[in-house]
Amino acid sequence: MTQSQTFRVSGLGLVDRTKSLDFTFDGVPYTGYAGDTLASALLANGIRLVGRSFKYHRPRGILTAGSEEPNALVELRSGARREPNTRATVAELYEGLEAKSQNRFPSLSFDLLSVNGLLSPVFSAGFYYKTFMWPAAFWEKLYEPIIRRAAGLGSAAIEPDPDLYDKANAFCDVLVIGSGPAGLMAALSAARAGAKVIVVDESFAMGGRLLSDVRSIDGKSGVDWANAVVAELAASPRVRLMPRTTIFGAYDSGTFGAVERVADHVAVPAAGEPRQRLWHIVAKHTIVAQGSTERPIVFGNNDRPGVMLASAVRSYINRFGVAPGQTAVVFSNNDDAANTIDDLIRAGMTVAALVDTRPILPPAIKSKARKHGIRVFEGAAVADAIGGQRVSGARIVAAYGTAQTISCDLIAASGGFNPNVQVTTHLGGRSQWQENLAAFVPGTLPKWMAVAGAANGSFSTSSCLIDGARTGAEAAAACGFAAAVATVPSTDDELTEVSAFWHVEAAKHKAFVDQQNDVTAADIRLAEREGFRSVEHLKRYTTLGMATDQGKTSNVNGLAMMAELTNKSIPATGATSARPPYTPVSLGVLAGEHREKHFKPTRLTPSHDWAKERGAVFVETGMWLRAQYFPKSGERDWLETVNREVKTVRSGVGVCDVSTLGKIEVHGTDAGKFLDRVYINMMSTLGVGKARYGMMLREDGVAMDDGTAARFADDRYFITTTTANAIKVLQHLELCRQWHWPDLDVQLFPVSDQWAQYSVAGPRARDLLAKIVDAPFDISNAAFPYMACAEITALGGIKARIYRLSFSGELAYEIAVPARYGDLLIRRLMSEGEEFGAIPYGTEALGVMRIEKGHVAGAELNGTTTAADLGLGKMASTKKDFVGRVLAQRPGLVDPDRPRLIGFKPIDTAVRLRGGAHFIGKDEEPTAQNDQGYMTSVAYSPMLGHWVGLGLLARSEARMGEILKAVDPVRGESTLVQVVPAAFYDVEGARLRV
Amino acid sequence: MRINCPFCGERGNDEFSYLGDASVVRPDASAPDAADAFYAFAYERRNVAGPTQELWYHSAGCHAWLVVTRDTRTHEISDVKPAQDIALERQNSASTTP
Repeated sequence: MTQSQTFRVSGLGLVDRTKSLDFTFDGVPYTGYAGDTLASALLANGIRLVGRSFKYHRPRGILTAGSEEPNALVELRSGARREPNTRATVAELYEGLEAKSQNRFPSLSFDLLSVNGLLSPVFSAGFYYKTFMWPAAFWEKLYEPIIRRAAGLGSAAIEPDPDLYDKANAFCDVLVIGSGPAGLMAALSAARAGAKVIVVDESFAMGGRLLSDVRSIDGKSGVDWANAVVAELAASPRVRLMPRTTIFGAYDSGTFGAVERVADHVAVPAAGEPRQRLWHIVAKHTIVAQGSTERPIVFGNNDRPGVMLASAVRSYINRFGVAPGQTAVVFSNNDDAANTIDDLIRAGMTVAALVDTRPILPPAIKSKARKHGIRVFEGAAVADAIGGQRVSGARIVAAYGTAQTISCDLIAASGGFNPNVQVTTHLGGRSQWQENLAAFVPGTLPKWMAVAGAANGSFSTSSCLIDGARTGAEAAAACGFAAAVATVPSTDDELTEVSAFWHVEAAKHKAFVDQQNDVTAADIRLAEREGFRSVEHLKRYTTLGMATDQGKTSNVNGLAMMAELTNKSIPATGATSARPPYTPVSLGVLAGEHREKHFKPTRLTPSHDWAKERGAVFVETGMWLRAQYFPKSGERDWLETVNREVKTVRSGVGVCDVSTLGKIEVHGTDAGKFLDRVYINMMSTLGVGKARYGMMLREDGVAMDDGTAARFADDRYFITTTTANAIKVLQHLELCRQWHWPDLDVQLFPVSDQWAQYSVAGPRARDLLAKIVDAPFDISNAAFPYMACAEITALGGIKARIYRLSFSGELAYEIAVPARYGDLLIRRLMSEGEEFGAIPYGTEALGVMRIEKGHVAGAELNGTTTAADLGLGKMASTKKDFVGRVLAQRPGLVDPDRPRLIGFKPIDTAVRLRGGAHFIGKDEEPTAQNDQGYMTSVAYSPMLGHWVGLGLLARSEARMGEILKAVDPVRGESTLVQVVPAAFYDVEGARLRV
Repeated sequence: MRINCPFCGERGNDEFSYLGDASVVRPDASAPDAADAFYAFAYERRNVAGPTQELWYHSAGCHAWLVVTRDTRTHEISDVKPAQDIALERQNSASTTP
C-alpha cells in the first residue's frame, strides 16, 4: 500500500496535484506529483534520511533544493540504466521512478560501517598518506580493498548503456544562462531589441528563485510574472528556450558546452529519442544569470537530516508545497533568512526560534518575529544539532556563553549567499572578494560576457531586474541591435544585509565543512597545523571541494576558516575558481553517437561488396576495411590460404585492391620543380608516360612517406602516398606549396576516393589485362615497359589509367578506373582471368611478397628511420634542395653505427620468426645494453619454404652472414638468425621486366 | 575557439589543424650556415606570452594554410590571413630589398 503524503501542504506549491506519480525508494512504494523532484517527493512522504556519508557513514538527509546538493545522492533506475550519485534534489519525479540509497550496509537506518565515525582519528585529513604507509605490500591486499568497501558512493551500471545520446550545435546572438528574474529580464530585453536569444536553465521549470520565493513584481506574483515573460519569449521566433539544460563549461570565443536532459524525466526514452543531448552553443554575447548558492554555517552535527539551507526550506514550501518538518529553528547571519519565517508559518509549521549571529537585528525582522511569537536570539548561534538519524533539537549558545536546547525537527540555516561565478572563471578569470557581501563576485570577464543579478552579487529582486534589463540591452547592442533599455517592473523592498560568519566555535560535535567528502572543521585545523595552508594544499590534503559537487556549499567556508586560522584576509588566502564541468556530465553524452564502430567512419573499398561475396576475411587498416585473404573451402588456416595466394601470383596471376593508396594530382607549369623539392629524388626529369618510385622526408631528415609519381603531361603529375599517410602528406604538400614556395605555379587535388585501383600481378598479368584494355592501346613489353604509365580506356570506353608498377616483384600493373566502375572492373578481371587461373589476393599475401622482395612499408617507415637507414640513401639527389636534405646530413643521422635495414633468416628453417624481436650477439645476455636492433617485418615465404624477416641492425652491411639471437621477451622466445641481404626472391629483379 | 577562415567564414577550431609558429621561415639550403639555420627552423621556438602568429590548416574545410594572430594568454584571435598571401609579401619584400 502506498503511503500518503502527510507533509504535503494544501494550497501551496506549483506541483500538479491532478497528476499523481508512483515511485519507490529502497523498494518501498510512495507517491508524489508531477512537478516534484525526488527530494521534494521524499520530504512530502516524511522521508528525511536518504543516504550515508562517504567516509564516516553518517546518516544524511537533504540539505538543498538544487544542483549544489552534497548529501542526497541516490542510485536512480536499475540494471543497465542504473545511475549512481544522482542528486535527488534535481532528479525530476516520473511515474515508476526507482531510487536506492547509497553507501549503506546492510541497511540505510542500521549501518554497521558507521563505526567509521568512531575511528575518525584514523580517517582524518591526509589519512591515506599517514596511516597506510607501511608495509607497502599491505596496501594492495589489505588497506585498499577495505577502504574501497567502506568509502565510496554508488555503483555504476555494468551492462552497456542501452540509450541513445545526441550531439547538436546552436548559434545565437545572446546566450542567457539562467532563467531567474535577472535572466528572464535580460532575455526579454535582448529579444525585444531583435537579437536571436537562447535561454538555458538547468531546471525543468523556468523562473529560478521566483518559483521558490514569494515576490511581487508589477503587482503580480513572481511566478505569474515569470510565466508571462516565458510565454512572450516562447512566442518569439528569435528565442529558443532550453529548460533541463546545464551549461557545463565556457570555452574560447564564446563557445559553450551544454547538456540537455531530453528524457531523464521518463523511465525509458521513447523509441529513437535520445536520453541526453550534448550542445555546442556559439554565442556572440553571453549573460551569466545563474543566481547564487546559499552557504551553510559550520556547526556541530550540521550534517544531520533536518538541517537544511533556509532557501531550500522556502523552495520546498513555495515551489513544491511540502513542509520539510513540523517545528523549525531559523539560524542565520543575514536578513534574507528571516523571509523563511513567513513561509514556515504559511506551511502550518511552528517556528521555535530565530537565532542570528548579529548582535542587533533590523527592527523589521524583530517585529515580524514578535508578531508570530517567535523567540529571538541575537548575537547567538546554533552550536550543535541534537539527534541521530534526524534533528530533534538545537543547542543554542548565546553571546554571553549560556546554552540552552530547544526542541525542533528542522534547522533552517543560512550563512549568506555565494554568487555562482563558476562559469566566469572557466576561462581563467579570477573571482574577487567583496567584503560587504561576504562573498566572491566575478572578476575580469571576456569582453563577450556579462553577469547579471545574484550571480553578480545583486541579490534583491529589483536589482536582478535592473541588471537583467541593462545587460540584455547592452548585449543586443553589442550584436548590432539598437536597443532601448526595457522598463524595469516595480518590486517590493527587500533587506539583504549580511555579516560574515563561518563557523561556530562552541560546537561540541563534528562540524562538517564539506559534507560530500566528509571534511570537518577539525580537518581544516589539522591542515593548518601541518602546514597545508595555501588553498591548493588545503584542497588536496583534506579533499575539501573535490567531490562531485565541486565544493559549491563548502569552498568558501573552508577558505574563510583557513583565513581565520592564519590571521589573513580572505583575498590574501585565495580565491575560488572552477573548472568545467559545472555539474557532473555523463560519459555517454560526451561520446554521443560516437561509440563502438561509430567512433570513426569505416571506409570500404570499391571492391568491398564483391570481396564479401567471395568470402574474404577483412582487416582494419586505419579507417579502411581491406580484404586480408580469400580462403577457399578445405584450407586449414590463414597461412595455407596466403601461401596459395602468393604461389598463384608468382606462377599465374592475381588481383589485389590497392584503392586505399593516397592519390594526389599535381598540376601546373612548376609541378616538376615542386616535386623535386618534396621528394629526395628528381621528378622534373621524369619523361611523360613514365612513373618513378619516390621518397619524401620530414624537414628533420627522417623518412615520411614513399610512393610513386607518374607524369601524364609536362604540367600534370599524379602521385601516390601510403594508405596511412594520405591526409598527412597532402597537408605537408599544401604547406610547401602555400607557405614555403608560394610563387610556384602548382595546384594539388586529392583524388584518393575518385579512383578504384587494382594491382594485377603475375606472369599472366599481361595476358589478362590485354582482354581488359581497349584497342588501340599496346600493352606489349616493348610498347609499355616497366615503369611506364598511360591514360587509356578499358572495358569498352571507360576512362582508365594504367601503370606498370610492381610491389610483388612479378610482372605487374596497376589499373585504375573511376571509383564507380571499381566493382565492374574487379568482376571483369576475375571473369576474364578465369582462363589463366586468376585469383584475388589480400593484404596478407601483398605483405609476404613485399617482404620477399625487401620493400619497405609502415613497419620500416616508422618515424625514426632515414632514407639511408632504409638502404635508399643513394636515391637522394645531390643536385637540388629538398625538404629534409640539410638536416638528414646531421652527424647523428649519418652515423655508420645507426641500425640499417637488412634481411634475416632462421638458422633452423622450421622455426618461426617474430616481428619486434630484438637482436643480441650470439653469446651475449639479452639486456638493453646489448640490444643491436630489432626485427620490423616477418613472413613465411612459400617460395623459400621458411620464415624470412626484415630488420634494423647496427652496422648491418658489414655483418653479412653473421649469426645473432632474435630475442622476443614478450613470448619468451630466442631464435638464432643469420644476417642476409634484404631481398629473398628474384634478387636481380628479372621477373618484373619481362 | 573559433577561427574566421578568410575563405569559409567563422568555424570551430575542430575543423583546423595546428602547426605552430609562423614567424620561422624555411632557410636557404645553399647558404653557408644552412645546417644551423635549418636546425633553428626545425626545433627552436619562442614561448611567447602574448600575441603570436601561428600556422593553422583548414583541414576539414578549404585546405588553406592560414596565419592566425592569437594571444596565448587569452586565446583571443585578432587576425586571420591566407598564409600564401603573407608568404608572397615576404618574398616580394625580400626581392626588393637592396
